[in-house]
Amino acid sequence: MDREGRSPGFYMLAAFFVLFLLFLYGPISTIVILSFQGPDGGLTFPMNGASTHWFANLFERQAVGDFGGSFSRSIRLGLVVMAVTLVVSVSAGLAFRRPFRGSTFLFYLAIASLIVPSILVSLGIGLMFNILEWETNWYGSALGAHLTWTLPFGLLIMFAVFNRFNKAYEEAARDLGATPGQTFRHVVLPIIAPSLIGVALFGFTLSYDEFARSLMTSGSFNTLPLEIYGMTTNVTTPVLYALGTLTTGFSLMVVLLCLVASLVLQRRRRRHGSDAGRGV
Amino acid sequence: MKPFARFSPGDATSYVQVAPLAVIFALFLVVPIATIIVVSFWDYDEFRILPDFIWDNYLYLLTSKVTLATYVNTVKYAALVWALTFSIGFTVAYFLAFHVRTQTWQIVLFVLCTIPFWTSNIIRMISWIPFLGRNGLLNSTLVHLGVVDEPLEFLLFSDFAVVLAFVHLYTLFMVVPIFNSMMRIDRSLIEAAVDAGASGWQVIRNVILPLTKPGIGIGSIFVVTLVMGDFITVRLMSGGQSSSVGIAMSNEIALLQYPAAAANAVVLLIVVLLMVAAMLRVVDVRKEL
Repeated sequence: MDREGRSPGFYMLAAFFVLFLLFLYGPISTIVILSFQGPDGGLTFPMNGASTHWFANLFERQAVGDFGGSFSRSIRLGLVVMAVTLVVSVSAGLAFRRPFRGSTFLFYLAIASLIVPSILVSLGIGLMFNILEWETNWYGSALGAHLTWTLPFGLLIMFAVFNRFNKAYEEAARDLGATPGQTFRHVVLPIIAPSLIGVALFGFTLSYDEFARSLMTSGSFNTLPLEIYGMTTNVTTPVLYALGTLTTGFSLMVVLLCLVASLVLQRRRRRHGSDAGRGV
Repeated sequence: MKPFARFSPGDATSYVQVAPLAVIFALFLVVPIATIIVVSFWDYDEFRILPDFIWDNYLYLLTSKVTLATYVNTVKYAALVWALTFSIGFTVAYFLAFHVRTQTWQIVLFVLCTIPFWTSNIIRMISWIPFLGRNGLLNSTLVHLGVVDEPLEFLLFSDFAVVLAFVHLYTLFMVVPIFNSMMRIDRSLIEAAVDAGASGWQVIRNVILPLTKPGIGIGSIFVVTLVMGDFITVRLMSGGQSSSVGIAMSNEIALLQYPAAAANAVVLLIVVLLMVAAMLRVVDVRKEL
């Protein structure tokens, strides 16, 4: 912690950190490389030539189940979960700013939702639908199951946001004659917008990758993680890696998009954030 | 923290705003758990589940030797994974919080640690296969270097692989809350300790560690509950050779023995809640929120 030179401890910790990053990214990198195996290549090294054979293989319907369908279902489900998570978390976050009867109970319910093992949520919803003789489907029961996982994260982010929120802005808006709706639209929303990207990212990716909560709730049509799991038991070609590369690439693209969006928002806010002293 | 405030006269706006959240939790968390509890007392045959009130599911579960062995195995995973994720997570967070000097680098390195979290867990498990397999990278390297004569068999489809995958997947759940706690530590406390003659190690043990306890608590709750309820990691990485409570449940589900699975689920839920309660006794995480 001395300002001048680096201690020997620093170099050891830095080495440890690099190893940790290798541990995180190493395996997935090998998968990306192996997904470009030649047509005769196997699941392990050495590379037997290089090709995009296995990616093409992925899009032939019969070869590996229903990749296209499950991919599109997972994206649509993720988008719906994202939208619902955003609206419900912001709305609930606003409510929790004032004390109300039952708020403590609801807060613990949200925490319980994080702690209860996913397979229980899956089993419970599956049983409930079974007893009511309703069909489980990805846009109903699986949607609900995913929300029990994404909403607590959304809510906790909103708590963090509103705990740091300066109420003076809202009071100023109200004093200037803004209606509650206008205050929210023109004052609160722009201020919390960058954090909402975080909520959206949680909502989409947690749903997109969710396995256990989809297991008994998604009905007769698979979501992507279920499809991938199915493939692990009966596919022994690098097509599995091609799928891994594609879906990981897609996830990384989503993360990147969110990072860029939040950077842009922050920059814009810095530019337009305050007009104090500009005489407007 | 506002949600803990006491009752104040009915605020209709709050209820309208919070209603969607309450309805979703009621429909998809409370009612399903209640359903599990009810069904755990039901009877079943090969084809359907029959409403009843019997204790047989619990009796069978609690007197079976397999149950105990399954729980022992699952708790073993949880303990091992907890110890490893805590050690690695604490070290990584400590490096980021106290040894990386500029905020930009802190953010960049932190984001690098979190990105894999947003990708598919199943793919991340599969990604160990070309690395650990019989003809995998690690084995061929070891054989090539002459460290071992024959490929090591225990690398893939073993307890080793299960724990490795868990650590790979869940260390992040430790890094984030611990890093968050560390960033809130007043740096003058550390300077004071150094001025008073504390060594680097003493600063970590007597200043940083106690002040990071809430973060450690949150991370521990995540890791332990995730491992206790898991079945896919154990199934994939052990190649179906190891058992866990989740696997037992999913086997019963596959055989349509829903009441048995439900009884198993109730017992698992009680065990997990007891473990969380025990962790909350050690650390108060509420002030962290």
